[in-house]
Amino acid sequence: MMTQIEYQGMSIHSVKYENGARLKIQNLSKAFGDFQVLKDINLEVSPGEFVTVVGKSGCGKSTLLRLLGGLDQPTQGQIYQNGQVLQGLNRDARVMFQDSRLLPWRRVLDNVSLGLKHQAQQQGQWALDQVGLGDRPQQWIMQLSGGQRQRVALARALVSQPRLLLLDEPLGALDALTRIGMQNLIETLWQEQRFTALLVTHDVEEAVCLGDRVIVIEEGNITLNLPITLPRPRDTASVPFAELKVQILDRILKRQRPPVSEPAYTAPLFAT
Amino acid sequence: MQIAQSKTSASPWRLLPLQQLIPWIVPAGLIFVWQVLSQLGLLSTRILPAPTAIVQAAIQLTLSGELIANVGISLYRALVGFLIGGSIGFGLGLLNGISPIAERFLDSTVQMIRNIPHLALIPLVILWFGIGDPARLFLVALGVFFPIYINTFHGIRSLDPNLLEMGEVYGLRPRELFWTIILPGALPSILVGLRYALGIMWVTLIVAETIAANSGIGYMAMNAREFMQTDVVVLSILMYALLGKLADSIVRVLEHWWLPWHPSQGI
Ligand SMILES: Nc1ncnc2c1ncn2[C@@H]1O[C@H](COP(=O)(O)OP(=O)(O)OP(=O)(O)O)[C@@H](O)[C@H]1O
Ligand SMILES: [Mg+2]
Repeated sequence: MMTQIEYQGMSIHSVKYENGARLKIQNLSKAFGDFQVLKDINLEVSPGEFVTVVGKSGCGKSTLLRLLGGLDQPTQGQIYQNGQVLQGLNRDARVMFQDSRLLPWRRVLDNVSLGLKHQAQQQGQWALDQVGLGDRPQQWIMQLSGGQRQRVALARALVSQPRLLLLDEPLGALDALTRIGMQNLIETLWQEQRFTALLVTHDVEEAVCLGDRVIVIEEGNITLNLPITLPRPRDTASVPFAELKVQILDRILKRQRPPVSEPAYTAPLFAT
Repeated sequence: MQIAQSKTSASPWRLLPLQQLIPWIVPAGLIFVWQVLSQLGLLSTRILPAPTAIVQAAIQLTLSGELIANVGISLYRALVGFLIGGSIGFGLGLLNGISPIAERFLDSTVQMIRNIPHLALIPLVILWFGIGDPARLFLVALGVFFPIYINTFHGIRSLDPNLLEMGEVYGLRPRELFWTIILPGALPSILVGLRYALGIMWVTLIVAETIAANSGIGYMAMNAREFMQTDVVVLSILMYALLGKLADSIVRVLEHWWLPWHPSQGI
């Protein structure tokens, strides 16, 4: 389904609803030299799903994301995107990193419209409006705060309407308040545009807050694949939220807990 | 309206004439003392001529056309030597910066030659080219080549590889990658090299013109020395200083135009 959006009197954008990428990761392995980073990963992601990935530092989260973006090639196994084997750079995906990777010698708007061929200025302005920076298209990157830079990076990632958004700890360097604002922004834009999203994070709370599913990677294996069915927007102070958080943390830290006699909420658990 | 504007501008106090005069007070005082000492006969004209004598020499040589002709020929030598050496250095810096294969072939050779001070080559260069303009142009070009080469090369090599990867993800073709990421990213470093090169350009020219020439500022100075015309000698030195300052200002203007985003531009 395609819908034309009227924007400043121009019909410049067609938002493709339910157009998120469908992913199927099959027996995926990645080694750097002798060092096996990802071991036989299997995962399916539905179109428009929001999957969050947590795990200890060095467990291979970024590697998985880079494979999905086509920035690295797998040693073994395949990634299917909408039924087709992914080869080379993933043109339907956009990646956002912890460092904004903006060009300091281009103004905000010119950063956002990087690589656009048609109506670059209008589309860039549209994307800037989406992230709430529509009033400063002509500023230099150096003049922005860290949070604003990440919003520009988000606008740049979204301007081409990717079917898959890969986020590698995009909020890792932000302060707590800015983080919450950015989480809400990402959630809102995801709900509007329905791209498929994969978010890597160190913050279990962030993972539970944003994910339809939380995946835990340990030493190159997916060891927890936990659907989160809490209604959005999620209340981080609620009891079920806290319990999910503890469950994931226990998994990562391999903590043993005595079974709770009457759990207030049980989440299904698929260990692979 | 005018007042309101100047109030909102970044540093209105710098526009005040009085504030602009402050840095000039000490030099003006020194020149005044110098003039007084000369007139009292405490400073021999054989050591330093009076400032007014230098001004007189400047007026006289300007009227006779000698000054302009000599400055012109020096400027011409500087420019041609700079263009030759600078463009070779820039081209080679780009090539080696972008292509690792070219770097393997060429960089260590360039680095080896770099260790020879180019002014040490003067006797050899005179044997090769004689004492005409080609020898001077060769020396200037050689002197200018290295700072431009090194800084262009280094500017490209120290680019954040993440930015290049980002450019590829965003669908930039190699040509676009060069114009939007590689060149602008290396530009601050290239301009540092440019500034360095301009300094070397003048030093090389001064030495080359002083050793052997029949025209140019250096010739004017050496010629005047034979006739003990210290005023012309000092005037020549001042001309070099002036041209050096001019070159530096040009780089400043270029930085202002090309690096408006750079922290050095006070954004
Ligand atoms: N290009 C590479 N060459 C060699 N080893 C690599 C390369 N990239 C990653 N690795 C190794 O693979 C392992 C996983 O790296 P990865 O960046 O995926 O971890 P991560 O889970 O993202 O960690 P973090 O949470 O700290 O970002 C690490 O041990 C790392 O050293
Ligand atoms: Mg990582």
